[in-house]
Amino acid sequence: MSSEQKILSTDGIPLEESLKQAEKKNKIKAFLLVTPLLLFLIITYIIPIADMFSRSIDDKMVTNMLPKTYKAMEQWDGKELPSEEVFKAFYLDYKILVENKTAGKLQTQLNYEKNGFKSVLKKLARKQKKFEEGNYKEQIMKVHKRWRNVDYWRAIKRRAPSYTYSKYLKGVDMYSNEEGKIIQVAENRRIHRILWSRTLEVAFFVTFFCFLMAYPIAHLLATLPMKYSNLLMICVLLPFWTSLLVRTASWMILLQQQGLVNDFFVWIGLVTNDNRPEMMYNKTGTYVAMTQILLPFMVLPLYSVMKTISPSLMRAGKSLGATPGVAFFKIYFPLTIPGIGAGCLLVFILAIGYYITPALVGGASGTLISNQIAYHMKSTLDWSFASAMGLMLLTGVLVIYWIYNKLVGVDNIKLG
Amino acid sequence: MALPKYTEPHYRIWHYFYLFVCGCVFFFLIAPLFVIFPLSFNAEEFLVFTDGMKRLDPDAFSTRWYKDMVYGTKNPWGLAAKNSFIIAIFATIGSIILGTLAALGLSSRHMPYKGLIMAILISPMIVPLIISGVAIFFFMAKAGLAATHLGIILAHIILGTPFVVITVTATLSGFDHSITRAASSLGSNPFNTFMKITLPLILPGVISGGLFAFVTSFDEVVVVLFLAGLDNTTIPVQMWTGLREQLSPTILAVATCLIVLSILILLTAELLRRRSERLRGINR
Repeated sequence: MSSEQKILSTDGIPLEESLKQAEKKNKIKAFLLVTPLLLFLIITYIIPIADMFSRSIDDKMVTNMLPKTYKAMEQWDGKELPSEEVFKAFYLDYKILVENKTAGKLQTQLNYEKNGFKSVLKKLARKQKKFEEGNYKEQIMKVHKRWRNVDYWRAIKRRAPSYTYSKYLKGVDMYSNEEGKIIQVAENRRIHRILWSRTLEVAFFVTFFCFLMAYPIAHLLATLPMKYSNLLMICVLLPFWTSLLVRTASWMILLQQQGLVNDFFVWIGLVTNDNRPEMMYNKTGTYVAMTQILLPFMVLPLYSVMKTISPSLMRAGKSLGATPGVAFFKIYFPLTIPGIGAGCLLVFILAIGYYITPALVGGASGTLISNQIAYHMKSTLDWSFASAMGLMLLTGVLVIYWIYNKLVGVDNIKLG
Repeated sequence: MALPKYTEPHYRIWHYFYLFVCGCVFFFLIAPLFVIFPLSFNAEEFLVFTDGMKRLDPDAFSTRWYKDMVYGTKNPWGLAAKNSFIIAIFATIGSIILGTLAALGLSSRHMPYKGLIMAILISPMIVPLIISGVAIFFFMAKAGLAATHLGIILAHIILGTPFVVITVTATLSGFDHSITRAASSLGSNPFNTFMKITLPLILPGVISGGLFAFVTSFDEVVVVLFLAGLDNTTIPVQMWTGLREQLSPTILAVATCLIVLSILILLTAELLRRRSERLRGINR
């Protein structure tokens, strides 16, 4: 047998190639098993999320409503009043909109750009029926003196691009002004920044409280003998499996002014019966309810890590002269850090996107960014703004998730 | 946890303090659930413990809110319960089928791009629900499935599959692949091998993933609020509207039923977990 001769498999194909083929076949087989779910999720979930991005920057509405105007405006440098050509194009575009009864949308949109535009446009809608042919510039300027102000024409011009990032600016209470500079909105109207910081604050403190409460009980569950710990584990798992709305409802009953918590405070003499504190429809309610609801998500990862720590390590530390406190901080605590990381990031990610509980017990001062997204989805129907805010939130969550993956690894998620 | 006799007094105090803190936390976790229980039997329309209830006067208790839940006129609970169960059951079946297949593929060591695909498959669990809700609503509206049962079922399959994928992958991690090879070498076709060998072994994982998917669907309100029309109302949606408008004792009756249901699910999940650990030879 010469060294160049290849080893053949039983059917005469070189072994190397035969192995490669088998490998490839296995790869395809594995991939085919994943394909149905992968395709399903990509079509119904991943693409729609990506679609939210195009929706959030989409600004074709005004562009499509004034096609002739924008064509005519291409030549205009924006320094002085536009030419007769632009006035004529705008008149023709606007006439069609008024006839189709869609002028209202344009009025609203342009009013976003320049305050007071709505009334000017409404007046034009009434007057333009009597317009004569020719010299539209004069006729339009006669309807309202603001048409002589070049700022209003610049406002129209600003909406020419089909795409805009203005919704993202709005999400952090900024806008681009007439010169295209990005500036902050007036201080008393900066609602979104308050919501972002409140969301972060609530998520941070809820995570912190959950950690403080979960650490001792996870330790107890991990060190107790099996028969007791199984029983106590039910106290963690039952809330975990119970409907979110049921748990929120129970907090609404407990925290109301005539509720048991207030009864208890009166009974121990902390407050008098006449001025029971308001504990619901504010931040207190959000904190208390969210902490209780998210606590199991902190306990379970901590428990699964603590369970693997051998008690002999602490005993060894103590036998070498460490006090229990020193042994705990030098030995036990560092070993639980993976569990702490997993639990904290899990709770933080869940808390940052919370919607139901803040909406029910939060009142006006306890609502979070998710409530604002839902509000724009359902009430104002400003879907592009809702999409923009959703994507900003998603980016934040993905960054946190990325850190989580680096620290703990996705595979370490444990459920119950 | 009894303390050894030689424990010094201040450690003893510290230990009892620790147990006291743990007791408080357990109380904080579990007690709110049990407030609902007695109040749902309240004879009055108030959501506070009446004096009669504090005296345990039998007249202060009644089952009128349960009757109202079942027979009450204009009460949406019957329709909501029916919808909830239909949607949850179909969503669970869908999640189990898609999720188990994907988990089988993912746990094969030949799987290419494992990390990326796993990230996509469990993304519905990571992305905040409100964003999922918005995205799914846009899709369903475009596909003409908004305000249909099918649309909600598909949405819940999206949200439920990550749980099945995770639990089944975990079960398969301890799976001995030589037994399926043994079956093949003895002449079994892949389908038979799966049904007779693989499925019975991974069944606990499949069922507990299915339970997660069921509970997720049964309890889900954010996405349904975007998708549901009047005919597709579910129990959580009804509770949500009820809680927003007025907290009525009927809602507490429904809540009590849901707690009972969750106790049943918890027991099933716990039994399955133990069985699975026994099968995989994990003795803890």
